[in-house]
Order: sequence, then structure tokens, then C-alpha cells
Amino acid sequence: MQFTKLTCRLWFQRVSRHNKDFCSKVPKTPKWEEVDHTRIPNVPHIDQEMINHLERVSLVEFNNQAGIERLSKAIESANKLHMVNTDGIEPMESVLEDRMLYLREDKVTDGRCKQEVLSNAVKTIEDYFVAPPGNIPLKTKERDYGSNSKGS
Amino acid sequence: MWSKQWKSVVGLEIHAQINTESKLFSGAENKFGGPTNTQVSLFDAAFPGTLPVLNKGCVEAGVLTALALRCTVNKVSKFDRKHYFYADLPAGYQITQQRQPLAVKGYVDYCISDKNNFQTKTANITQIQLEQDSGKSLHDEKDKISLIDLNRCGTGLMEIVTEPDFSDGTDASAFVKELQKILQTIQTCDCKMEEGSLRVDANISVHKPGERLGVRTEVKNLNSIKSVSKAISFEVKRQIELLENGGVVENETRSFDTEIDETVPMRDKEVKTDYRFMPEPNLPPLHLFDNESVKTVASKISVINIDDIQQKLPPLPEDTRKRLEQQYCLKRRDVAVLVDNSGLVDYFEEVMRLSPTTNAKLVSNFIINQLLGVLNDKKFTIHNCPVTTDDFGRLIDLVQTEEISYSTSYKVLDEMFEHPNITPEDIVEQKDWRQISDTQVLTNICEKVLEEHPKIIAKYRKGKLKYLHTLVNKAVIDSNNKGNPRILKQIMEDLLDNK
Repeated sequence: MQFTKLTCRLWFQRVSRHNKDFCSKVPKTPKWEEVDHTRIPNVPHIDQEMINHLERVSLVEFNNQAGIERLSKAIESANKLHMVNTDGIEPMESVLEDRMLYLREDKVTDGRCKQEVLSNAVKTIEDYFVAPPGNIPLKTKERDYGSNSKGS
Repeated sequence: MWSKQWKSVVGLEIHAQINTESKLFSGAENKFGGPTNTQVSLFDAAFPGTLPVLNKGCVEAGVLTALALRCTVNKVSKFDRKHYFYADLPAGYQITQQRQPLAVKGYVDYCISDKNNFQTKTANITQIQLEQDSGKSLHDEKDKISLIDLNRCGTGLMEIVTEPDFSDGTDASAFVKELQKILQTIQTCDCKMEEGSLRVDANISVHKPGERLGVRTEVKNLNSIKSVSKAISFEVKRQIELLENGGVVENETRSFDTEIDETVPMRDKEVKTDYRFMPEPNLPPLHLFDNESVKTVASKISVINIDDIQQKLPPLPEDTRKRLEQQYCLKRRDVAVLVDNSGLVDYFEEVMRLSPTTNAKLVSNFIINQLLGVLNDKKFTIHNCPVTTDDFGRLIDLVQTEEISYSTSYKVLDEMFEHPNITPEDIVEQKDWRQISDTQVLTNICEKVLEEHPKIIAKYRKGKLKYLHTLVNKAVIDSNNKGNPRILKQIMEDLLDNK
């Protein structure tokens, strides 16, 4: 979301400045702007509860202290996007947003390919996929996330 | 005692499967009960590289439904991804319309009737959104596995969200019934709750009047009208008892156990769900048109005109109720019964068309009080009713002209079911069921009754008017149930007054 805002902003600036050659959306020369770090929002404290939550919704394990640091860096880097002024600019969700959405006629044209559908399944019983029961919580392994993550 | 101090508030979320040939975003078949995993496209199974293609039929059905529920259809609506992990959702997200749904702000008029009460209420619709259904899981408790069938995965759903406008289970279930009738009339959903094509979630809270709304619980997947009513009633009672005893209502998801008629906490409840909504990048916004804006489009492919669909909207149950009330001067309660039962309105109007002189009230009474009962007893429906509308109208004429009594008409109707080829007149003739209206014959019967029951006459003379009925009933019995009760009553009164 934030990334698209940035893209939008750059494009907007470019169009307004060089109205004649707006077919190219890439600046001709690289531009560098120093970011005032004091104005970037702080990286939130990442405690055990937050790690559990993130691991659960992303299905990614952070494994160790290095993983947590990498996450902090990533958040800090992403936070720089807050520096871009997007006031009054409608967020662009897709480059196709002004296109007509193609609508298909309501006809059966697909399916009936049980073999292919089941081909990646680890285990099947009578043409059903076999899955673990319900939502089972992520296994809690003993992992060392360092002392600073021992939060609430 | 406590029930007066508490007020319950109920809002509903209804999932209605869209009645289309194929699924919402894939060309796989959309039919209930197909062989396991045969109605699944690679997109439905979330194979990498597959893309959603929106079904025009689903959008048209959604717009028609929105118009039937008097909603404002959004000219632009958008699709979003709602993420969660469950084995019957292979993509890890459901495509839905969270930010800008298909339609908003509508209302439905519905009737609530029980023994003492009959009233018409209005419920407000918050929004209607298009979304995908998930697959189905069968849980094998013993072997600790879930079996997944993806046939339902990707079926088009209309999620209909209401305002918290309902006061209790009876109220909410009356609304669901009306919604069912509307969707069946416009044929956008078959509403077979037992097959899961219409499922109801209820948000329930209680509070004291004048205070803030209480913490709500959500009861999920109610799959019958009875369950909607019972689950809400139970949940309201549970919350009140909990609060009365100093407890707190937890904001949680519950399910309804139909074996014990109680709501129970869902086993795999999560602390706080984070659905990580995001715009669906593979689907541009859905644009809809009206008569004005459609002129600006060059190609008519993929164009849906809301005004065209409005034209296709058939008369809805409430329209029919209002029309019958006015056209035939019927009571709303009776009209509601006719409209509630599929086919009855057509049958009624056919009878009225064939014999326009027949009293409409009498016809509707006969259908509601006699025909419906016999149909049920003999395991028929109005659609395969052996009694033709012509014969039924003639039966009513026999009653209207006092050829037969009201009570005899039950017996005649029964015979008509057994022998559909014999007319009601012939049945009355053959069985010798014609009503006696000859005053001389009836006067003789009445005089005999009065002679035999001097004690009852005495009681009547003391001012107990109900004994007149006792005497009339005795006369009816003495006439082998053939005497015209109206005339018998008249004669009996005259005789008593002149003695």
C-alpha cells in the first residue's frame, strides 16, 4: 500500500513537471534525498507476543535473534515511506484500475480434473485431501530470541 | 422478572449461495452434492499462476438481490483479499468486498406472526457483498484428521449484512423467512438451509434500556429457521443469566449445538483475528452502468446495466401481500399465510378467476383452514393437488349457497381427494350430504329437542344465553348433522321466545 503511494507520488511529480514526455515514468538521472531519521516513526518493540502473532499469520519462523534484527531493519526501511507526502493523492491499488473488469458468461467450462487437482496432495482418502484436524496452534519450540524480546 | 430489565439486540450476517451454473471466479460447475473434488478447477485449488475471472451471472444475481432488498447499488465496487489459514481454503485468502461492497443501505418489510401477535416490521440492510465460499471439511475425530472436499470452494456467495434491528429470536427468524421468500422469488438463491445454501450468523448482545450496548457474541452457521430462533433465544438468556450473576460476556464466536439446543464456544477460537485485508491485485474495480452511463461505453461486452435488471424484478412477497389485501379485501394475517406457502396464491387466484362471484374471504379461509391441512395429511403439495381449482371453487359455492354445511365440506373435500374424477355436487348427491334447509322439517326437530330438555330451557331463561348453543347443537345432531345450523338457530330462538 505504502509502496504504491510512493510510486504514485513519483509519477505524479514527473507528470506535473515534464508534461511533454510523460510516457517515461523513470527519472532520467538517479536522485538521492537524505532522509531525516528523527522524523521516521520508531520501530515498535518486538516482544514474544508480537513474534508469536507474526509467525502465525505469516507462517514464517524468525528462528533467532538475527531474524528479529532483520525484521526491525525491514520495518525501519519501510517506515521511510512515511516521509513521502501523499496528501490529496488517491491511493493507486492497481495499474489496471481504470480498465473494464472482464466478465465471463455463466457457463461450465472448467473442473472435472480430479486427478490434477489431487496430484500435489501428500495424502488422500477416497478422493478427499487429508489435513490435520481443525486449526492446530503452531508448535511452540524452545527458541532463543534474546533477552530484549521477553515482553508481556 | 429479569426479562423486563434487559433489552436484547440482534444483527444478522447471511451467506446466500448464488444460484449460477458456474463458480464466482472459475468455470467449474456449481452444484450441490457432486462426487468429491470433481467440481474443482485449478484456480479453485489455488494452483500457482491461475487467475480469477468474474462470473457475469453472479454480478447480475447480486444486483437483482440488491434491488429486491431496496439497496443502493454502488456504480464502482472493489474486491479484497481476506487472509486466514484453514485447510478448506487452499489460497490462504478469500476474495471478498470489504471496502466498497456491491450495494449498501437497503430495507426489508417482513411479518411476524405468532398466536397472539401479528405485525409488520422493517429491517435495515447495511450492505451486500460478493465473496467466495470455502471448501468443506469432514472431521474424523477418531483418527484425528480432516477430510477436505473443494467442490464448494469458490462458489459465489452474497453476504447480506443487517443493522442490529432485531429484538429476539422470533423477530430475527421471521426476517430470515422473508429473505428466503424474496431470494426464491427472484431465483438468485435456492435457500435450501439444510444443504447450506443459506447460512446465518447472529451477533447478539444484551443491555439495560438507557445504557450502552453490551458486549456481543457471534453465533455462527445456523442452518435452519428453527435454529436461528432457538440459538438467539438461548444466547440472550445465557447472557442475561451470566450478567445477573455478576459475570461478564466474552466477545467470542460460538456455535449452536442442535442436539442440546444450546450455544457452545467454538473449539478453535482465536485470540484476535488479523485478516490482513488487502486490495485484490488481480481484479480491477467492478463498474456498473445505468441507462445514462451505458451510452458512453463503446463495447457492450462485460457491461451490466442496473436499469435493465430493475426491469426484470418480479413482484416481491410484500408486493403480492399488499395487492391481495387491496384487490380481495382480505385480512393481512390470511394474506401472509397464502404468500408464505409456495403456490397458494396462484391456486387462490385461479379459483377466483373461475368463479368470480365466490366470496374471496371464504375461498382464502377454505384454502388456509381446510385445503392446507388435507394436503399435509395426505402428503401432497399444492403443486400436485388432485383437486382442481374448478372443483374446489364449486365446493365453496355449495357452502356459500348453503347446499351443504361448513362441517360437511370437510368430508366432501376428503372424498374429492380420494376420487378426483367425481365433482363435489355428485359426491354430495351420492352420499346424501345435502343440508336440510326446509323450515318445517327443522321446526319439527327443534320442537322435539325442546320437549326433551326442559332443564336446559330453564337455564336459558335465567339469562344464560350460551344454552341456546347447547340446544342448537343437539338439534344439529338430531338432524344427522344435516340441518342448516344458521336456520336451526333462528327457529330455536323463535320457539324459545314464543313459548
